[in-house]
Amino acid sequence: MSTPENSEHRQSIDAQSLRHASGPYFGAYGGRWMPESLMAAMDELNETFEAAKNDPEFIAQVKDLNKNYSGRPSLLTEAKRFSEQYCGGVRIFLKREDLNHTGSHKINNVLGQALLAKRMGKTRIIAETGAGQHGVASATAAALMGLECVVYMGAEDTRRQALNVARMRLLGATVIPVTVGSQTLKDAINEALRDWVANVDNTHYLLGTAAGGAPFPAMVRYFHEVIGDEAREQILAQAGRLPDAVTACIGGGSNAIGIFHGFLDDPEVEIYGYEAGGDGVDTDRHAATITLGRPGVLHGAKSYLMQDEDGQTVESHSISAGLDYPGVGPEHAYLADIGRVKYEPVTDTEAMDAFKALCRTEGILPAIESAHALAGTIRLAARKIAEGAVPEETIIIANLSGRGDKDVGTAAAWFNMIDEKDAEAEINAATAQNSGSQKSEEK
Amino acid sequence: MTRVTSAQKIAAARAEGRPALIGYLPAGFPDVATSIEAAVALAENGVDVIEIGIPYSDPVMDGSVIQEATVQALANGFKVPQIFDIVRGITERTDVAVMVMTYWNPVLRLGVDEFSRRFAEAGGAGLITPDLVPDEAAEWIQASEKHGLERVFLIAPSSTEARVQRTVDASSGFVYCVSLMGVTGARTEVSSAAQAVVAAAHNAGAENACVGLGVSRREHVEEIGAYADGVIVGTALVAALRDGGVPAVGALAAELSGRA
Repeated sequence: MSTPENSEHRQSIDAQSLRHASGPYFGAYGGRWMPESLMAAMDELNETFEAAKNDPEFIAQVKDLNKNYSGRPSLLTEAKRFSEQYCGGVRIFLKREDLNHTGSHKINNVLGQALLAKRMGKTRIIAETGAGQHGVASATAAALMGLECVVYMGAEDTRRQALNVARMRLLGATVIPVTVGSQTLKDAINEALRDWVANVDNTHYLLGTAAGGAPFPAMVRYFHEVIGDEAREQILAQAGRLPDAVTACIGGGSNAIGIFHGFLDDPEVEIYGYEAGGDGVDTDRHAATITLGRPGVLHGAKSYLMQDEDGQTVESHSISAGLDYPGVGPEHAYLADIGRVKYEPVTDTEAMDAFKALCRTEGILPAIESAHALAGTIRLAARKIAEGAVPEETIIIANLSGRGDKDVGTAAAWFNMIDEKDAEAEINAATAQNSGSQKSEEK
Repeated sequence: MTRVTSAQKIAAARAEGRPALIGYLPAGFPDVATSIEAAVALAENGVDVIEIGIPYSDPVMDGSVIQEATVQALANGFKVPQIFDIVRGITERTDVAVMVMTYWNPVLRLGVDEFSRRFAEAGGAGLITPDLVPDEAAEWIQASEKHGLERVFLIAPSSTEARVQRTVDASSGFVYCVSLMGVTGARTEVSSAAQAVVAAAHNAGAENACVGLGVSRREHVEEIGAYADGVIVGTALVAALRDGGVPAVGALAAELSGRA
């Protein structure tokens, strides 16, 4: 995986290497804070994963799927007009996970885990989803590999994302609206865990982010490491050197840990994770878990957590459903504590401004999640220039984790691009129509 | 006030030739005062050990009846420190052992040692921890030793022999044997897996192995009592409290204990 030109450098710092941290603990975080009923399944998963990582046949299967199904490697695109108009000339490279099959980085993880499910002899996968991206990716992998698929989704989200519900059903998945608790992503995870406890014999829980009990955080990272490995090779080839900084958005943190992995052991590369600041971190409507959360345990791992004084999980808020989660992966909590990665909040407004900026300068419609990384990148470029950096000699890689087709309705409403007061209905109709034509094109 | 432990109550039941009856109710459901009255009604109708559950935002091991009750308790304003008032309210009026069943984050948030100290002062016997396994329990083991509290961990039909051993070794008071692979909820029949789980616990040296999940009727108590040291009833009691208030809880407890 490491590039030949840097192997010496790699070996010299292997002792403190951060990029292959194996868990189950990341500093004080991680572990397995979950019911005994699931321990045997977690052990089985861990053993299967560890064996697969060392099995050339499995590695070849993953590589083949990445290349011939997902369309990897994804491109590294220099965003020149975005750079000139919004970043003061600082060179910006976009890691184009939006170009993967199903439209985001999520496919990397679901293909890997679905292969593991088959190796374990499981015939059924279950998944949670917020906006539907991980649900769609899971349904896709299940269809490809002939597995039964059940997706848990907050009832409120099934209404807001009716189109993604239909996509999952077209792919053969069963979508179960979750009506308990706060009816959000965290409750979808709770329901998936309840299902798993009852059906663990034939079912694999295909968790969608780098959180959860061990081995999930390290395993999900492993399947996303390809993002960082490719980006590192590509920037060396295209710019002739490593970047000054790497940025990504962070909800649970899977796309972020994937690209960070490629650069964690390069101390000269600064790394930034941008959390969902919602209405602002001075309000109670945000999802800035690391910025304002406290350590706690949720969904199997110890990590930063948005919680009240009683340890009850607090509801998060973000315009981006994919970042709307009150927890964060334990490896990020550790990287934050040791200062290797800096985590900052980006508000809904900043993210949507960056969303529009990329649309207008590059002709790329980013996922609103990824727009958080772009907003952070704009802020970082300004800071670098203020600190005296020469713009054209400064390089930032931003992870464009997904495409924004799913967000057209939200964005058009945000920018008031529909005249009538019943804008949402029109947008929904337009989105449905748009998606209909896409579908026929895909055929 | 001397604290009554679950081990004492289970031993006393054994001396009478019967399994201990353990009853679960959520704290603050429907309100704090009623949850104390309901627990006292359990004690007056033959329940030996009472488990009070702390309502939590993410109860992954609970089925819909207990979820709905705890959601209501939280909506009615239940705060975690009220658990100490409830425990004290029960121990002052009864001679049962009072355990608290809790997901781990509320304890972690208050501080494991602080929680343990205040709980012991209120007369509590120990904690049942559905999402804390011995592997992660170093801080709790230390605090429970310091404050003289019982540690009840769970084992399941899926637990390997090594994990059963580890869990039995880390537990005190009793070992909670999960009867089936699933979440809490009343079922018409008790899973046949329960007996094997209890046997595994006894083989690993557990003095007290109690069975929970899916237990709702007197016939279940008798059936399980033939091989286990205690029988745990939760959802059926919560449903009774929801539908018929404190009198219904007392009546069901009397039926379960064979007094009615």
